[in-house]
Amino acid sequence: MKQLSTKVTSNGHGQDSSYFLGWEEYEKNPYDEIKNPNGMIQMGLAENQLCFDLIESWLAKNPDAASLKRKGQSIFKELALFQDYHGMPEFKKAMAEFMEEIRGNRVTFDPKKIVLAAGSTSANETLMFCLAEPGDAFLLPTPYYPGFDRDLKWRTGAEIVPIHCSSSNGFQITESALQQAYQQAHKLGLKVKGVLVTNPSNPLGTALTRRELNLLVDFITSKNIHLISDEIYSGTMFGFEQFISVMDVLKDKKLENTEVSKRVHVVYSLSKDLGLPGFRVGAIYSNDDMIVSAATKMSSFGLVSSQTQYLLSALLSDKKFTSQYLEENQKRLKSRQKRLVSGLESAGITCLRSNAGLFCWVDMRHLLDTNTFEAELDLWKKIVYNVKLNISPGSSCHCTEPGWFRVCFANMSEDTLDLALKRLKTFVESTDCGRMISRSSHERLKSLRKKTVSNWVFRVSWSDRVPDER
Amino acid sequence: KSQQNNNNYNLLNPFEETRGAKMVALTAEKQDHNLLSRMAAGDGHGENSAYFDGWKAYEENPFHPIDRPDGVIQMGLAENQLCGDLMRKWVLEHPEASICTAEGVNQFSDIAIFQDYHGLPEFRQAVAKFMEKTRNNKVKFDPDRIVMSGGATGAHETVAFCLANPGDGFLVPTPYYPGFDRDLRWRTGVNLVPVTCHSSNGFKITVEALDAAYENARVPVKGLLITNPSNPLGTTLDRDCLKSLVKFTNDKGIHLIADEIYAATTFGESEFISVAEVIEEIPDCNRDLIHIVYSLSKDMGLPGLRIGIIYSYNNRVVQIARKMSSFGLVSSQTQHLIAKMLSDKDFVDEFIRKSKLRLAERHAELTTGLDGLGIGWLKAGAGLFIWMDLRNLLKTATFDSEMELWRVIVHKVKLNVSPGGSCHCHEPGWFRVCFANMDHQTMETALERIRVFTSQIEEESLKLTKQMAKKKKCWQSSLRLSFKDTRRFEEGFFSPHSPVPPSPLVRAQI
Repeated sequence: MKQLSTKVTSNGHGQDSSYFLGWEEYEKNPYDEIKNPNGMIQMGLAENQLCFDLIESWLAKNPDAASLKRKGQSIFKELALFQDYHGMPEFKKAMAEFMEEIRGNRVTFDPKKIVLAAGSTSANETLMFCLAEPGDAFLLPTPYYPGFDRDLKWRTGAEIVPIHCSSSNGFQITESALQQAYQQAHKLGLKVKGVLVTNPSNPLGTALTRRELNLLVDFITSKNIHLISDEIYSGTMFGFEQFISVMDVLKDKKLENTEVSKRVHVVYSLSKDLGLPGFRVGAIYSNDDMIVSAATKMSSFGLVSSQTQYLLSALLSDKKFTSQYLEENQKRLKSRQKRLVSGLESAGITCLRSNAGLFCWVDMRHLLDTNTFEAELDLWKKIVYNVKLNISPGSSCHCTEPGWFRVCFANMSEDTLDLALKRLKTFVESTDCGRMISRSSHERLKSLRKKTVSNWVFRVSWSDRVPDER
Repeated sequence: KSQQNNNNYNLLNPFEETRGAKMVALTAEKQDHNLLSRMAAGDGHGENSAYFDGWKAYEENPFHPIDRPDGVIQMGLAENQLCGDLMRKWVLEHPEASICTAEGVNQFSDIAIFQDYHGLPEFRQAVAKFMEKTRNNKVKFDPDRIVMSGGATGAHETVAFCLANPGDGFLVPTPYYPGFDRDLRWRTGVNLVPVTCHSSNGFKITVEALDAAYENARVPVKGLLITNPSNPLGTTLDRDCLKSLVKFTNDKGIHLIADEIYAATTFGESEFISVAEVIEEIPDCNRDLIHIVYSLSKDMGLPGLRIGIIYSYNNRVVQIARKMSSFGLVSSQTQHLIAKMLSDKDFVDEFIRKSKLRLAERHAELTTGLDGLGIGWLKAGAGLFIWMDLRNLLKTATFDSEMELWRVIVHKVKLNVSPGGSCHCHEPGWFRVCFANMDHQTMETALERIRVFTSQIEEESLKLTKQMAKKKKCWQSSLRLSFKDTRRFEEGFFSPHSPVPPSPLVRAQI
């Protein structure tokens, strides 16, 4: 079909991947407690649906913001005309302060360095357009969010070269993995423009350790390349550790206002922390004026609706609300994650110990017929079509080891989660492996727990070595 | 001269080329260690154009009837501000259209999580119905073909990504909306190939001009982009012309993209005929080549809400554009509001009716004023602007002269209007003047300033013609600095329009 562009005729949109196919299956037969109790339960959607009540009660107490008024007067007309791509100043100020609050007010964000975008989908693509030529590469640790294949590569022509992370060390980024990826890019004839990490990680649900962050900053310094830190889940940190942003590391290494700091960019969004993906609020934060300038102009292709900016600037400017929200959000996420983890354990399934995110990275390697991706896909199909749970297979996240799945927990009620776990348990017990488990479940869980503990110990001991740990 | 690469081929007017060369040199210096892409470091965004001086002049000294009566009046912004009161009233009377009020908050969570790129069904249905209404219900629109985008800006870019590869070209009749240079080319790598239109026939698009542009194009031509009603002209295409455009593109096997963003801004007896209507009358039309770009920014005066629409008759394009819409979805909060608003039939009918009346009034005010001063303008019945003829004020028939005149208008007369050169007009001397973004008083002030300016010119020209009475060069005598020249009114001429992309420098006034 030469009448259409190659972007149309190829499948660079990435939507033939199993990640999206699972969604399609869910659409055909969605679970509903009353209307469709045997339907498919959506566990592939990383959404935060736990705290709407907090926002709704804020709305009830703030009628002006809720009805687009200021001091009792409707400002609808002004909002309707506001299309300045610099964004609403009070909104950017509120965003900057919210981002600071999430980072314990240890670092500052200058509102003038924030560029608004239509969701982090648009923010990431825009950054690619600004930093990479077609054919240039960005290094990404695996496993990574499947949407990056589309967001970073599709229309930009950029390439992704994976930094292979393995379960042997809890999927942490190592120096050798970074170097290997860099060399691999060169072998492929690709110029590396930077590294992109998601912190906290999707799909792992873990925050990067200080060691990893230091490693990354040192790496990009030595290679003279960029570092993009997608911190979209920064407000979902529920572990006892504090969230460490790349901005913290720049500050601690005294790299603020240096050449290096100009190559570090943060992407943010309100889709996960506040649970508002429909509103399409994303942001790029960069210390490089030229990037801020170029990205601002590019934001014309995806500005944030002015009525949304106005509502959210009022919401986020209410510090009482934001601190209460962040605290409560973390509590609820923690409790929901625990429920998922213990439910999985009772089915003999463990996960990577997580301290953030809206999902767990679940280890089902023991349920595979063979240690292959074909077996993973087979297992996935059974879980989707027979157990009727839409979960995301690790291969769709470019994981190098088969058998890992991302399972979301924050987009459903407790009852639905319990039902999903029940279905999964039944399924596991019906398989050969499951029968083995139920026979020696006690032994197995003990040894599995040991593994989990040692993973945990491994991570903690690394961070212990870093001085000045707050 | 400087033809750096394919992208800049033959498309810059002489004025822009020199600047372009300078900018490339500067940015090469600035590009530290190759850390920015060429796209980011270059000036493909189009904002280094000298025409931004007009915006800057306005920014530094914006007119206000009380606080800054000598400020610059903004006549370069194509916005429909005449019916904001109706909109505000509806919003106040319909709290259920908001998901934040007590009446609407029960929908808050469902809408807040809704990020499906198909869009809310009720939104698409309401928009489809609105599109039908603004085309006098002569044609049906299928809600399933409606794809969202980040304003028409996002829509155009997405369509370019879908229909053309880097290096390909779209034919665009001149003069055209300057934002196209950015929207269609910047990140896509697509070229624009101008189809020259002349004042001698009222800037109509002729098949001869299309053929010439197509044959002489140095890049593979993938489509023809028309804006109907036209920006900056304000004219609408008649049925025959539209048919000929459909036939031309069909014959060549290229796409036809119709930007119908000003569909509901027709006033007086002017009729808007959509390409959607015309293809119904062409039985063997290849509909896979037909696409419409739309938005609520002009018809409803809602540019801040970022509601862009791609409507394609090509299923594959709908599919892929929909996937691309992830990069610029309409906020679900906005989709919900618009779905409710556009479903209110009585309100919509009333709004369209009043909007047209008010546009007609304001248009008449401006044109009557200009007529009284002997200033020509292109006869047109749509848009938020007029295309003004100031050719006889130019010292020489050049764009340098036009620039000089423009600077006088911006800095001395203190009106930010848009010079035709910025719209890639083939002939110097035309200006786009917006009228729908100001109140009656401001319009009066603007007209008064023009009156003062023209009387000054008359005085000066009287002195000049006395001095030049003995010179016989034809080119000078034809430059009669008098507005009473009836030759100007033969075809019914136009008024200037600001070409600048939607208020990039308009700062927050909220």
